[in-house]
Amino acid sequence: MSRQLTGRVIENRQIGQDVFKITVESELVSQNALPGQFANVRCGRGLTPLLRRPFSICSVDREKGSFDLGYQVRGEGTRLLSETAPGSQLDFIAPLGKPFSACGGFDRIAVVGGGIGVFPLLFLLQIFKCRESSAFLGFRSSEQAVLLDEFSRHSGRLVISTDDGSLGEKGLVTRAFERELDKRAFDMIYACGPVPMLKEVGRIADERGLKCQVSLEQRMGCGIGVCYVCACKVKRQGKEEYLRTCREGPVFWSREVVWDD
Amino acid sequence: MTSVDLSVNIAGLKLKNPVIAASGTCGYGRELAEFFDLNRLGGISVKGLTLEPRMGNRPPRIAETPAGILNSVGLQNPGLDAFIREELPFLRTLDTVKIVNIAGNTPEEYCLLAERLSACDIDAIELNVSCPNVKEGGISFGKSPEGVKRIVSQVKPFCGKKPLIVKLTPNVTDIGEIALAAQDGGADAVSLINTLLGMAIDIYSRRPILGNNFGGLSGPAVKSIAVRMVYEVSRRVKIPVIGMGGIVKGEDAIEFMLAGASAVMVGTGTLVYPDACLKVLEGIKDYLEKTGHKSCHDIIGKLRLW
Repeated sequence: MSRQLTGRVIENRQIGQDVFKITVESELVSQNALPGQFANVRCGRGLTPLLRRPFSICSVDREKGSFDLGYQVRGEGTRLLSETAPGSQLDFIAPLGKPFSACGGFDRIAVVGGGIGVFPLLFLLQIFKCRESSAFLGFRSSEQAVLLDEFSRHSGRLVISTDDGSLGEKGLVTRAFERELDKRAFDMIYACGPVPMLKEVGRIADERGLKCQVSLEQRMGCGIGVCYVCACKVKRQGKEEYLRTCREGPVFWSREVVWDD
Repeated sequence: MTSVDLSVNIAGLKLKNPVIAASGTCGYGRELAEFFDLNRLGGISVKGLTLEPRMGNRPPRIAETPAGILNSVGLQNPGLDAFIREELPFLRTLDTVKIVNIAGNTPEEYCLLAERLSACDIDAIELNVSCPNVKEGGISFGKSPEGVKRIVSQVKPFCGKKPLIVKLTPNVTDIGEIALAAQDGGADAVSLINTLLGMAIDIYSRRPILGNNFGGLSGPAVKSIAVRMVYEVSRRVKIPVIGMGGIVKGEDAIEFMLAGASAVMVGTGTLVYPDACLKVLEGIKDYLEKTGHKSCHDIIGKLRLW
């Protein structure tokens, strides 16, 4: 059950080029949030920007009663958020959205993340305990690469790709992922990142008959399911329909997403 | 304890207070119920309903503007049968005035919707002839006095005993004339304003941000236009006026009430604060207490022009 809350900002730190991580106090979120869920944050106090901004929960600290959100400064809202000082109160609604599925009790999982899409996957690796986990992360360059220590701590195997080759191997993360599939078996794939990457991960998973969930991003209004603006086209029982990314998502099974909408 | 009487009457309906959750920003109630007790609302106008399920427009469906938003949802809804089967049972449990907003492609569709709903456990029908985001129907009936009078007089006989509220578009030259036409057609009340047609452009891709190119503007950005229109309409018609457009706090609602609104609807505000309606209600109560008024009726239409 999500709530409208305020929590003290413990830390708000730049961790990469234009990329930040904010740590916020909340017993409720730290105890109840699940990987894939998000918080909808009021970034300013005035009427512009008016809407809240949705950010993936990137980790929780259940002992300290806090959670982390990762974000990239893209516009006015995120710029204001980056200027939020520790000690101030943050106004947010959380935890929101449908989490990643853990019900399969999967033995060997792979997470594939691109750019700021890596955030919910860290939380997933932190929470979902399984025998074997591999993380495939792609960034534009080394300056954008974030949370590598944390990923390395929470995954059995970490493979990094960058577009310019400044870190890890040069090229798309999906290529590194596909190559690994020839050597290793996975029984569940979780992905979050840009749409072309998700589409490709979905194709690869489909081709090999692997289960795959993706977390999508869409311009949102309310974040709680009342306004129907964050539509994502999916195909269920042969029928195409628009579902709410904030409510029925942001996590969907990759094979049901209609990518070329 | 409050000594202020917050109740208002609209077209034979008694609302326990003048704050109604606006159609399109409260779904069918269930999601908002997770955040506050809906029984505290004066009323709830649920998401625009069509006869058949409607998929809605391609995304993106929202763009932010200074102090406002543009949306182009396009009346996505599950259709009348699914509404009656899946949403009405929950709504029926609420002790608040339940308004169902309807939209059609043809007059026959509006009439069928009204006929079916008049037999349901709801309190009023809101005729949506003002949605800017669908190609057919809707707004095409709402832009001329003749069109409004005709559709209202066609639908009214199918509403049975349920009051018919006509929701007006601001995208016209003279909204007072349109409101008069609604009254002449048999409307029991009018609600205004629906959204203002707008556009936002991504200057780098050189494309509109909205997948539908255009969208409806709402939020605090439109408030002063809405207040002016509510004032103009209130002077022209005898039927009650429900005001909306950018209300996010009690003081905003008071402006509308002074301009002549018997009740107000809160829409975009709910997208930011799920319990925005309650904040508005508290603000109205505070104002009445502070200014020594005993009831909402003491301030409705009590604007003093220069």
